[in-house]
This record gives sequence, C-alpha cells and structure tokens, in this order.
Amino acid sequence: MDEALLRSLTPTVLGILVRRGADFAAAEDAVQDALVEAVRVWPADPPRDPKGWLVSRAWHRFLDATRAEAARRRREERPEAAPGPVSSVDDTLQLYFLCAHPSLTPSSAVALTLRAVGGLTTRQIARAYLVPEATMAQRISRAKRTVAGVRFDRPGDVATVLRVLYLVFNEGYSGDVDLAAEAIRLTRQLAAAIDHPEVAGLLALMLLHHARRAARTAPDGSLVPLASQDRSRWDVASITEGVELLQAALARDRLGEFQAQAAIAALHADALTAEETDWVQIVEWYDELARLTDSPIVRLNRAVAVGEADGPRAGLAALAELDPSLPRYPAVAAYLHERDGDLATASLLYVEAARTAANVAERDHLMRAAARLHAHRPG
Amino acid sequence: MAKYLLLKHYRGGPAPVVDVPMDQWTPEEISAHMQFMSDYAGRLEKSGEFVDGQALAPEGTFVRYDGEGRPPVTDGPFAETKDLIAGWFLIDVDSYERALELAGELSAAPGPGGKPLHEWLEVRPLLTVPSPTVTE
Repeated sequence: MDEALLRSLTPTVLGILVRRGADFAAAEDAVQDALVEAVRVWPADPPRDPKGWLVSRAWHRFLDATRAEAARRRREERPEAAPGPVSSVDDTLQLYFLCAHPSLTPSSAVALTLRAVGGLTTRQIARAYLVPEATMAQRISRAKRTVAGVRFDRPGDVATVLRVLYLVFNEGYSGDVDLAAEAIRLTRQLAAAIDHPEVAGLLALMLLHHARRAARTAPDGSLVPLASQDRSRWDVASITEGVELLQAALARDRLGEFQAQAAIAALHADALTAEETDWVQIVEWYDELARLTDSPIVRLNRAVAVGEADGPRAGLAALAELDPSLPRYPAVAAYLHERDGDLATASLLYVEAARTAANVAERDHLMRAAARLHAHRPG
Repeated sequence: MAKYLLLKHYRGGPAPVVDVPMDQWTPEEISAHMQFMSDYAGRLEKSGEFVDGQALAPEGTFVRYDGEGRPPVTDGPFAETKDLIAGWFLIDVDSYERALELAGELSAAPGPGGKPLHEWLEVRPLLTVPSPTVTE
C-alpha cells in the first residue's frame, strides 16, 4: 500500500468535507478514521479511486459521528453548503492557513499541521516529539477548539505557515517519523498550491540542508562540522533541485529571509572543498539577512562568516558588537580565537560553550574541542 | 517546544519559606497537598504539556563498578546527603517563560493551614537534538 499517496490525499479529502458543511474538528476526526481504515483495508482490497474511497468513507464517518441529537439539530438549522466550484488546491491551501493560524501556539500549530495536513496519526506525532500520546491528543484537540471559529474561506498569511514548516524541519529526526522529510513533503505540497517566492525559498533551504544530512553525523553519532564533511556524500539531486528552485525564486526579485538563508546554503553546496567556499558572498547574504530579520543569531553567524572572509580578527571585531549572553556566543568566540592562534583563550571558551550548549551532539563536539586544546590552557 | 524538568528537592535548594516537615501537618493538609499535585498533572495533560511526573523514595544507594567479575560496590544510604531530589514533572512547553510560569504554579501547592508552600523548585532544560539549519 502506498502510504505516501494516502497521506498526500489527506488535505484534499478534509477540504472536501469542510466544503460540504462539516465543521473542521469533526471533519478532521472523520478523515483520521478513514485513513486508519484505509491502512487496514487497502492492502487486501485496493480501491480503484483512492480519493473517492476516502471522501465517501470519511463523509460517512462524519455523518455517523454527528448523528447525536444535538448535532443533528444544528445541522438542520444550517443547511449544508453546496460544494462550490473550488479546487482542491484552494482547499489544501486553506488548511495550511488554518493549521498555522496566529491564535495557535507554535507547538499546537505544528501538531495540527502534521495531523490535518500531513495525515500523521496522533501516536506518530507524539512519538516524534517524545511526549505521551494522551498529551499530544489533548494538544491537538485544544488546537482544534482554538480555530473552531475561524472562517475557512479567507486567505491567511503564508509567512505563518512557513514558520510552522520551518519548525517541523528543524526538529530533525528523533522518533520513528522523519520530521525533516515530512517538512519537505509538506512544503513541496504547499509550493504546488501557491506561487510564492518565499515558499520556494524555504523548500530550497530545506533541500539544501537535507542534502548534507548523511555527511553531518559520523558513524558514532558525533557532529561533523561543515568544513570537515565528506562532500562526496552530499546528495547531488537534492542540491540541484534546491539551487534551481532558489534561482527561479530570486529571479522574481521579492527577497525574503528563507531565500537569503537558502542562498547561503547554496553557496556552501557550490564549493567542492571547504577552501573554495565563497565567504565574501556569504557575508553579503548575511548582511541581507540581517536587514530582513534583525536577528541576533544571524549576526552571530555573520561574525563566523566574516572571520572566514576577512580573517579571525575581523570576525572577533564583528563579534564584539554582539551581546555575549547570546546562545552559542562562546562557541563562536572560541572558534575565532582558535583560528587567531590564541589557544589558551579558545580552550577556556570551549569549556564555557560546552557547558551552555543546548543539545547533546553540540555539547560533545565542543567538549572534544576543549579537550583538544587542554594543554594550552593557562595553569 | 522544549522540555524542562521541574525538580522538587527535599533538601539542597535555597532556604525553604515554609519549614514545617510534612509529618507535622494534619492528615487533611497532606491530602489537600496530594490532591493539588494530581490536579496539577491533570491540568498539564489537558493543556498538552505533560510528559512525565514521578516521585522518588528518599533513600537510595550509591553503586559503582568494581572490576571484571566482581559484584558492584554499594555504599549508603546516606541520611545526611546535602541534595535530595523528591520528584519531578517533565513538561514540554513553547518557551522558557512558560516553564517558569508552570513552576510558579506548582510552587503554590498548599502546605500547613492550606496556605501556599512557596516551595523552591529547580527548572532545568533538557538537552535537545541539533537542528539542521542552526547547527554546523
């Protein structure tokens, strides 16, 4: 059975139910039921028209569920909306907007998107985020209640959708669901539904980062920094697709932060060796990105790029303008001091960086760097 | 979306605001305290933020490897250990601020006279997996 096909039909089927007058929360439950049934029934008895099968089954589920007296009264008072001449592309898009609605917290928006648009089960989402299934179920039903009053026919803000997809991508690959791959699938589906340079930019960014995934971790699970990665292990097909998407997006001259981030990733992808990296252009893109986002994290990364383009002293000067309490500031400072030959300072900073690291792989990487320079530490 | 451990200490934190041991409370006060903890866990589950909640027995044993083919060495229990963890809640929340807010709520668990304990709780972030677009 083709689970990818099944899941790609989720938003279309849900959209059709909502167009027929089902309220979003009930329709979403009905579609989940239909998906679960499909997984059970299809292998032995594959339908000729998978979408039609799902719509019919979900619709019946919905009717069964709303047969309760109160619900029936509600439906009688509100005649079913006739299915208008609306394409499934629009339905899909509306679903993305609804699931990323600004009234939702980021974690609720992520959970709702993965279920209602992605067609994942509550159990899969719970496992991916390492929380109990009951907790995830509550998070999703709260999210549904939050958006219950939102009209389904108004265009939303694509930027909120992109932020949600970016969060999913950055969650990485813990659990049995590959969230990075799922984020790419959902962004690709969004790009098919809406023509927007930032959507293309985000898809390009994801593909370019995903291309390096195999090279990013050593067999023992430790982090391999960009400069030391075996570039022959980068996925050329992903890079090619990412670069083409990015070029087409940039040609439209509506720059946004995801296109700028993708441009930086593309410049790394373009270098056959770490030494061939065009750091001068990367710094220019960081300048662009800083103008677009005004994010201190961007300025921190820019300091690293400046250090590569103009030497560690220039990088340290750029760093000096930033707030030392920024996350990863000590790691950047340590790296630049090491490049500058001040191994004693670098060693101490690596210790501090390891102490304040937010994730295990990074902490271990920094701890090894600190240990490597231990002999240079002032006695 | 980050996980935090709200650690409840028997000892080891800043000086407690209410310093009456539980064995000197009334049974009703103890029941009210336990009810609060269970309601708190229920609220966390409803808000989609609950991951785990556990209480620990106060006495433990220290154990270490003692070489090939030998049984592990044990030591303790130590009645006077400086730091003693009583239990924890593990939460999954949108921000550090939210973690502090929830810890503040938990710290208001009732003690003697039904008044908030103002108990010191330790909030510790869990280390995460690296994010592809942020790390490297």
